[in-house]
This record gives sequence, structure tokens and C-alpha cells, in this order.
Amino acid sequence: MTPNGILQIVSFFLLILALAKPMGAYMTRVFNGQRTFLHVLLRPLERLCYALTGVREDVEQRWTQYTASMLSFSLFSFVFVYGIQRLQAFLPFNPMGFSSGHAPGNATAMTPDLAFNTAVSFVTNTNWQSYGGETTLSYFVQMVALTVQNFASAAVGVAIAVALIRGFARQQANAIGNFWVDLVRGTVYVFLPISLLIALFFASQGAIQNLNSYTVATTVEGKQQVIAQGPVASQEAIKMLGTNGGGFFNANSAHPFENPTPLTNLVQMVAIFLIPAGLTYTFGKTVGDTRQGWAIFAAMSVLFLAGAFTLYYFEQSGNPNLQKLGIESMASASQPGGNMEGKEVRFGIAATSLFGTVTTDASCGAVIGMHDSFTPIGGLVPLFNMEVGEVIFGGTGAGLYGMLLFAILGVFIAGLMVGRTPEYIGKKIEGKEVKMAMIALLATSAAVLLFAGISSVITFPKDAYWNGSYGAATGNLNNGGPHGFGEILYAYSSGAANNGSAFAGINANTPWYNLTIGLAMLIGRFLIIIPMLAVAGHLASKKRVPVTSGTLPTHGPLFVGLLVGTVVIVGALTFFPALSLSPIVEHFLMNQGRLF
Amino acid sequence: MPSSIHERETATTTPRQVRLGDPTELLPKKLAHARPLFDPEILRRAIRDSFVKLNPVTLMKNPVIFVVEAGAALTTFFLVRDIAVGAGNIGFQIQIALWLWFTVLFANFAEAMAEARGKAQADTLRKTKTDSIAKRIIVGDRFERVSASQLRAGDIVVCEAGDLIPGDGEVVEGIATVDESVITGESAPVIRESGGDRSAVTGGTKVLSDNIRIKITSNPGETFIDRMIALVEGAERQKTPNEIALNILIAGLTLVFLLAVVTLQPFAHYSVSAAGSGSVPTIAVLVSLLVCLIPTTIGGLLSAIGIAGMDRVMQHNVLAMSGKAVEASGDVNTLLLDKTGTITIGNRQAVEFIPVNEVTQEELADAAQLSSLADETPEGRSVVVLAKEKYGLRGREVASHEAHFIPFSAYTRMSGVDLDGRQLRKGASESIAAFVREQGGQVPDELTETAERISRQGGTPLAVADAHRALGVIHLKDVVKGGMKDRLGHLRAMGIRTVMITGDNPLTAAAIASEAGVDDFLAQASPADKLNYIKKEQAAGRLVAMTGDGTNDAPALAQADVGLAMNTGTMAAKEAGNMVDLDSNPTKLIEVVAIGKQLLITRGALTTFSIANDVAKYFAIIPAMFMATYPALDALNIMGLHTPQSAVLSAVIFNALIIIALVPLALRGVRYRPESAASLLRRNLLIYGLGGIIVPFPGIWIIDQIVHALGLA
Repeated sequence: MTPNGILQIVSFFLLILALAKPMGAYMTRVFNGQRTFLHVLLRPLERLCYALTGVREDVEQRWTQYTASMLSFSLFSFVFVYGIQRLQAFLPFNPMGFSSGHAPGNATAMTPDLAFNTAVSFVTNTNWQSYGGETTLSYFVQMVALTVQNFASAAVGVAIAVALIRGFARQQANAIGNFWVDLVRGTVYVFLPISLLIALFFASQGAIQNLNSYTVATTVEGKQQVIAQGPVASQEAIKMLGTNGGGFFNANSAHPFENPTPLTNLVQMVAIFLIPAGLTYTFGKTVGDTRQGWAIFAAMSVLFLAGAFTLYYFEQSGNPNLQKLGIESMASASQPGGNMEGKEVRFGIAATSLFGTVTTDASCGAVIGMHDSFTPIGGLVPLFNMEVGEVIFGGTGAGLYGMLLFAILGVFIAGLMVGRTPEYIGKKIEGKEVKMAMIALLATSAAVLLFAGISSVITFPKDAYWNGSYGAATGNLNNGGPHGFGEILYAYSSGAANNGSAFAGINANTPWYNLTIGLAMLIGRFLIIIPMLAVAGHLASKKRVPVTSGTLPTHGPLFVGLLVGTVVIVGALTFFPALSLSPIVEHFLMNQGRLF
Repeated sequence: MPSSIHERETATTTPRQVRLGDPTELLPKKLAHARPLFDPEILRRAIRDSFVKLNPVTLMKNPVIFVVEAGAALTTFFLVRDIAVGAGNIGFQIQIALWLWFTVLFANFAEAMAEARGKAQADTLRKTKTDSIAKRIIVGDRFERVSASQLRAGDIVVCEAGDLIPGDGEVVEGIATVDESVITGESAPVIRESGGDRSAVTGGTKVLSDNIRIKITSNPGETFIDRMIALVEGAERQKTPNEIALNILIAGLTLVFLLAVVTLQPFAHYSVSAAGSGSVPTIAVLVSLLVCLIPTTIGGLLSAIGIAGMDRVMQHNVLAMSGKAVEASGDVNTLLLDKTGTITIGNRQAVEFIPVNEVTQEELADAAQLSSLADETPEGRSVVVLAKEKYGLRGREVASHEAHFIPFSAYTRMSGVDLDGRQLRKGASESIAAFVREQGGQVPDELTETAERISRQGGTPLAVADAHRALGVIHLKDVVKGGMKDRLGHLRAMGIRTVMITGDNPLTAAAIASEAGVDDFLAQASPADKLNYIKKEQAAGRLVAMTGDGTNDAPALAQADVGLAMNTGTMAAKEAGNMVDLDSNPTKLIEVVAIGKQLLITRGALTTFSIANDVAKYFAIIPAMFMATYPALDALNIMGLHTPQSAVLSAVIFNALIIIALVPLALRGVRYRPESAASLLRRNLLIYGLGGIIVPFPGIWIIDQIVHALGLA
């Protein structure tokens, strides 16, 4: 590791630390319906939304109504996105004529299974992409279907988190807020203004924003090159801020039009963590004890820093087999050393390691390098981050409610050891909370393990509908051995965790993978959200137990350690067998001189 | 409760003082009538029951152990198949199958042990339930002899010395001493009398003297002893809320591990074909991994912990009506403690003689002692003792003198003695003042002032006079029990507020409250005040525990989350509370709270331990499973286990033995010291969390050495 690299990681963390409180305090006011400095400008817009849709701002919902509203909104979004994709040939802003007769020769067909996968992907805030944006989608689809979902799915996540926070904060209450109001407020006051700022900044740095058809350029070698265009800056801002991660282009944030400079790269990473970090403060503030929020923040930070430095250490150490061949792998003034395979030279090893950690800690999934090309342990970090359920800051809202799920489990087990029925934030953790937390935990584990299990053995007749010319589901892999298995594991982990980043190396645009990864995404999203809303409703109805010296303190280093331990041990115990057959064994084999 | 100066002494006050024990420990280490942990008779019964419990229908209630049994059956099935076709490693499979069955048996044994202890107790109780003959009143003094089983609620029976009381009831006429050792284990007889709070009698107890009429209050089969038998036997045992929640957690974890192991099969399939070497793990190995990972330790011990918790309460001579009540007592935030008998030793004691005018202390002490010689109340005796200790005045034999004792009466409100022409009296200061004036004397202002001063300090003044001459005042004081302040301090450290309930005026109450170190007090408390206080606390989210014995305590006992009724109390109180203290010792509430906490801690500790154990088992089994496929994974075999077979076998053996090793801990409960939640958590996380991660490494290693040395695998 180089001093420069360490400095990059540490200064990024300090930036997040500094931004968490102001962002969290602002969101606390927004979701409490209190005035902020933006109300002068945006309050009329908020009221217009209610006026147009007939939502009554002052009417709150029980958790069941809240859930029903959320589900119906998501269903509507899915149908909308699916429809627009399928109909893109007949819709405007399609200069390249995708899905029509005059589409470019390398264009990807918008099949029903791909449209299903993409619609699910964007509605669940996963943004897994089985397609390449510049070869598949019209600008209209990118703007009206995908970018809108980038806002909406992120705002849904925040709404759920806010509802759960209310569950802890309220006592003997029936209602946990109004889904529609939370959705509108999150979009209008949080996502819109910040995205606008970031988009302008990206554009100023060189990100493109146009509706032109693709440019054909002649390279210095005299070859013809097609340069894709599009309204990139505006989609890029919300892609990061909403922890979506679905790139406008196939190369995602490694593409110079999406992420032109090191400065935009830093802003991209900060945008990913901005809202998840802020929500920890919102949590503390709303339940009346900011230390509770900082404890969650601290637990996330410990896991984040551990992941970032592990990944960075192994990437900077490089591949021992190349060293044996006499290739210099120490960093020096003239070369970066370490493992540069699959990394953008503009960003280098430290920034790519940091980005890889951030994007998989949060359920973003944007990438600036090939995770497939990381060293085995370097690849283990993103995989593990996703398998613990995206709780290290995590997706907007999703990270907080996921971490609170682990807090509930951790407090339940350890809390008994102080001789009381476990309590968290003054709420007794009883059968119902434990049941809901276990359902959520079980659902995501099942989605990853079962689909990965099936895909590693299932075979289809060659050229049959399900998996086309690949035949067996393992035929889609670009690598063999444990690395190949890692690619399957990564795909389903990414889907179930609603991350969306790809290990790459797997050709997933077949009906089998589109369908199963789509299902993994649905399970990973809604089978966590519904149980957590049930928890919110149940907690809200309970009394708050006063704090005494007999109460388990949930704000000190001890609790932070407990929470970190719960996340790591639960994650490790569930996925250790699978991981030992992929990155772990691959690591030992690499040391023995075998590569995949 | 206001305690009158001349409260009747009962047999129940004696054990109160004896049982206080070491104030630094909330739970006494040794209980007089506790059974040894491994009683041979209990052991035999438990071993037999362990096999009975193999029945999958009953085992289904315990999902974790049920999965183990299913795994054992599956392994056995494949073993038989392999023997039939002569394939596979038979020796290894036999051992795995055996140890898996042992795992189930060990878990069953833990539960059976806990139950057997209760059953043994129930058998003892049942022996006392021989059908006695009751003398049922027909009319007036005429009675008929009927079998006790024919009695119905509302019947009136008469019992004489030597009779067994035929059923639960209330004394409606008379007073008698009763031997209740059948229930309480306490051989000292207790007094039962009509009216008031000591009227309840229990069927199966024996009248020792006098005769009483009893109105039967329960029908056959519903008596206190019947309920007691059902409770200790665990027949009515229902899972407590926390137990249910914990069951959900471990069942959920079992499913997660089931997923992890089941999907390992296709993963292995892929890996084997990718590596081109090795083979997919056998069913025996996969089942072994599953059984090692699922929380069998806590799964096997969970119900034993619950039953043992009830049993521990029982050993303290407290009868908990449900496990829920025991669990709730661990959660209690506020303890309502009666002043008299709980915080103070129950009787006021003389602490000072304050003479008036020119009277000397010795003269006052002498007069006070003489006037109290015939006074058998604790207060009277304390006057005699104080005079002896302070002034060396010995109790004199006054029978030789011309002594005439005047007993206390509610009318005169004084008592005393006429001796050699002296008229010595002691009593309430107004009564003595009236007596002095009646005898033609003057009452000095000093007397009234001193009496008022003592009252203000929370004491009780007793004035003393010799005919027309006022001599002075005896200062009677409530004496806080030794060690009480420390115990209340421990409760505070545990985060429990103590509230003293007293009938005294606020001034007196405040003085005693500060001396005893309670957090709050409720003075001049009526039963309604008590009830309102409880409701107020509960509205603020707190759990409240209290003790009570009177009928007027019943509403509050029912309202409280933990209501400990005294066995000497009325039936109404016993019905309203959710626990009955057979020793009628209100201080025991503190012990009950400690037991409740201990129960929850034991559960948490063993759950943490159980889950933490998995880390080491992975390091034993995963490299063993894939050694042939990926020899590089030997890097994970950090214990250096001999062969893949011995690694798997050692992990399974460790997993089974740890259940047996922890049975004593589950039955006894983990050590509990009163301290803050933060330090409890730190220590228990260190012992059971970190310890749980570390312990299996040397454990499995040692077993592997033995397995290897014996050539078992």
C-alpha cells in the first residue's frame, strides 16, 4: 500500500464523516414535515404532487396500508418500465433506431426476458444490467423509464427506512407515516436538488448531455470508431446518489463520458455514501439519541474500512506469479505496481479498490474497474460485502433497515446475556421481530444459494430457449475452476443484495439468467422490505421501556463490536462453504502457481 | 403496612431473619432442601426418558434436534444400504451414525434431567395426597364423616388436633397451630385463625392443636397441592414468550444452515468436475456438517434451561404459577417492598431511654424493664434487652414479689405492672399523660416534646410513668435489616428501582427510606394507592414486582407483573399473585428477580456459545470435505487434523459431548452477579462469545488425537 493510496481512502472517509450530520439533520426535518431552506422553492412542487394525485398529506397509514401502497407503486413501475422498453421502437428519442429495422448491427435485441430483468432491476434499485446501454436502449427509455426509476426506487428505499425509524421513535401508535408523502418528500427535497447540483458539476467536468446520434470518428490509425452519445450527466448524478449504479454505457463509470476526471470520481463515491451515511444520523436524531445513530455509523465504518484496506492491500500486492517471472510489482514513481489488470489507468489501484468497496458496501453497483480481474481476496471483499446484505452504509434506506435487522438479531442474542428481555431503542425485541428478521435473512440467503446451486449443475439442451447456444448454465462462464464458480455466486449475490455490479465474465443475457437473477432481485428487495415494515408497525405499537443501568447500552464501542460481529459471523457462517470453493481456494491455488 | 406495636408474633418471622444470607450475593449458594444435581434416582429416570423422547412426533416440537434425528436416520439408512451392497467406508459411517444418535440422546437427556427433578418432587407431594376423612358440618355442631374427595367448595368442616385438613379453605371459626411442612418444608408450626390475613389453610396440612372450622374453597382436583404437582411436574408447562422467540431464532438459523449444506452438494459437483479430481461429499459427511453447524447446543438445552429455572425458583420455596412469571421477574424495573418484614425486621426495637426532669437514665431503664417483664411482644422484649445491655439490669424473677401485671388493652393503650406498691405503666404518650393526671400528677412539657421529637425522627415514643410521676420516654425504632442497604444497592446497580410501601406517615417513612437506601417510598399507603402506583409505573413502560398477603392486596398483586403472594396470606391474595412464597418471606422477591435474570442470561450465553462454536467446526470440516478436490484447501486445516475422516468424526464427537458437558450449567444456571448491564455484557461476551469461538479448536484437536491414536478413523 502506498501513502498516497492510504491517504485517498482515509480522506474519503473523513469527507463522509463530515457530511453525515448535516445531511442527516436535513433529512430529519424533511421527513418530519418541518420547514427547510428549500421549502420556499420546493414546497409548491410538493403540494402540486399531492394535488395532482389526490394524496392527503396529513393522513397516516398503518404498516399494512403502507406496504400495500409501496407494493402497488412498485408493480406499476415495473409494468411501466417493461412496457416502454418493449415499445421503444415506436417511441421518440431513438436516433439509433434500436429494436427497429435500422438498428446497428451490434445492437442487442430487447427480448421479453431482458425487458423483465431490466424492469425488475431498476424497480428494485438493483440496476443489474444484462445489456449494454449504448447498444440496446433508446434515449427515451434511458430517460423516461430508467432515470425515473433511479429516483423512484431510491426514494422508496428511503421511505421504508424512515418508516422503520418511526417504528422505533413512536410509542403506542398505529401508523408509521404515509408512503406517498414520504416518497414525494424524498424525491422533491432530497434527490432532485442534490442530483441537479451533481449533474451540473459532472457536465462542467466533461460528462456529456445531448440527444445526438452516435458520432463516427476516424482514429489516428485510420480506423473508424463509433462514439456513443446521450443525456449522460443527468442520469449519472442520480445513478450514484440513489445507489442505483446502472451505467448509461456498458463500461459504466469507467467510461470517460460518465466519469471524466479524478474529481468526478471522488464526487461519485461521496454521492453513493451521502444519503446512507446521513440516514444513520436521521435515525439517531429521530429516536431522540444521536449516539444511537453514530453507533450504527461506527459499525458501518469499521466494516467499510476493513473491506477497503483488505481489497487495496491485495490489489497493491499483486499477483505473486508475475513477481516470480521477474515483473516489478512494487509501486514506484514510474509505475503503479500491484495488480493493474482490469483497472482504468486514470484512476489506478487505490481509487479502484476504494470504488469497488464503496459500490458493493452500498448497493450501488457502479464500477470503474473489472471486479473479475481483482486478485482472489480482492474479489472476495465485494462478494462478501454483498452477501452480508448491503448493510455497510448500503443502498439508500436499504442499508439502514438492513443494518437495523442485524441490530435486532445481535441485540436479541447478546441482550439476553444481561438478564433482561432484549431491548433496542427502548423497544422489546420479541418473537415477532425475531421472526421477521429471520424471514428476511433466510430469503436473501436462499435466493443466492439456491439459484447459484441450481445454476452450477443445471444443463439445457443446446440452442434451446432457456440458455441458447450455451447449453449448460455453466457454459455462460468465461473462466473455469473456482473462479468460474465465483462468477455464478457473484451474479446471484449481486441480484439478491440489489447491488447490480457484475463480476463480469458471465454472459447473463439469456432467459435462464435473466429470469433467475430477476427473481433473486425481487426476493432480495421485497422479502426484506415487507418483514421490516411489519417490524416497524409492531414496534410503533409498543411502549418504550425507560433506560436504566440494567439496560443493554446500544451506543458504545461494545455494541459497535457486537453489531460488527453479528454481521460478519452471520454472513460468514452462511456463505463460508460457498466462498471456500471460490475466492478462498482460488487464493491458495494462486499462491501455488495456478491461475484461472 | 402499619404495624401495631403489639403485633402478634408468628412462626413466620423467624425464617425471615435467618434467610438473609451474605449480602454481596443475591442468590444463596447452598439451599437447605435442594436436591443434589445428579441424584442417582433422577439420573436413572432421565436416562430412560431420553430414549422415550426419541419418538419423532414429540421431538418435532424441538426443530433443531428433530433435524439431527432426521439426519441420523438418513445416515443410518445409507449405512444399511452401503453394508448391503458392500460399498463405502463402513467403519466411518457406523461411527458417524452412532454419534449422531448420541447427539439426539444427549439433548433428550438434558431435557429429561430437568423434568425428572420436577417429577421426583411431584411424587413426594403426591404421597401426601392420601384421601383423608373429613368431618362435614350438617347443622350446628352435628357433623358427618365423608371422604375428602366428596367435599365441594362452600362446605364447612371441623378439624381437631391431629386431623389432616381435607381441602383448601378459610378458617371461619377458631384458632389453631398447623404443621405445613408438607408444602413449605419448614417444620415450625404456623398459626391459623379466623378473620384477618392468616385464615387460609391448605389441604394436606395437619392441625397440631386446638380445633377450627374451615370453609372449603376449592373442589377436588383443583386444590393448591394439585396445582403444585402439575406445576413441578411440568404438565402445564407452556413455552414462555422469550423461549418462543429464541426458538424462532434457532429454527431460522437451522434453515439457513440447511440451505448452506444442501447447496454445497451442487457446488461440490461443479468443483469436482472443474478440478477433475476428488468426489462429491457423502451423505454422512454432509449430515455431519449440518449437525455441527445448526445450534444443537442451545437447541438441546433450551427447554432444560426453562424447566431448571422453574425448579430453582421452587428450591427457594417459591411456587411460580408459570414460567412467564419467572421470566418477567428478570425484566422487573420497579420493586415494591413492604417496609415491615421486608426492609425492617418487622418489629420496632427500643434504642434509647430518655428521662424527663431529674429522673436518671438508670431509674427510667429500671422502671421500663420492670413494666415490660410480662410483655411478650418483640417490642416489650427489646426494652428488657436494652436495659440489660446498656445498664446491666438483669431480668428479675418477679413472681416472688407481690406483682400484678396489667396487660395491654386497646382501650387503655398501655400495659405495666403493680409491684411493691409501685404502679409502673408504659404506653402511648397521650395515654400515659392521662394516667399521670388521673393519679394526681403533673405532666412535664418535656415529656410531650420528647415524644413529638421521636415521632418526627421516624421513631415511636413509649412513655413510662410510675403512678403520678412521669419518668421519661422509650425510643422505639424500626430497625433496618442487616445488609439490606447493600442488597438494595445491588438492585440499583442492576437498574432496578426500589420503592418502600408503608402505612407510616411521610416523615417516618422518609427517615427509614433514607436509612435503608430505597429510591422512593409510598407513605400512608392504602391498597388503592399501591394499585395506582403500579399502574403509573406500568404506563411509563416499567415492569413492577410486589409482595402481598392480605385480601386488600389482591388487586395490586393481580395488576403487578410479578406478584409474590405469601403462603400465610389469604386465598384471594394467593389467587391474585403469580407466585406464592411458601416461606412467606417477602425479601425473597429479590432472589426471584435474580433467578429470572439468571435464566435469561443462561439462555443468551448458551445461544452465543452455540453459534460461536461454528467457526471452528468449519475449519475442521470444510478442508476435510474438499481435500481430494482442492488439496490447496489444506491451508484452512489450521488444527492440523490427521485425516479427513478423523476431522469430520472429531467435530461430530465434540458437538455431541459439548451438550452433555453443558448440562450442569444449563440446570444450575450461569453465575450471576449484580452489576450493570454493560459490564455483564462485556464479561459474558468474552466468556461465551470469544470463549465459544476459541474452545472448540483445542477440543476438536484433542478428540482428533484420540481418534487417531485409537485408529478409529
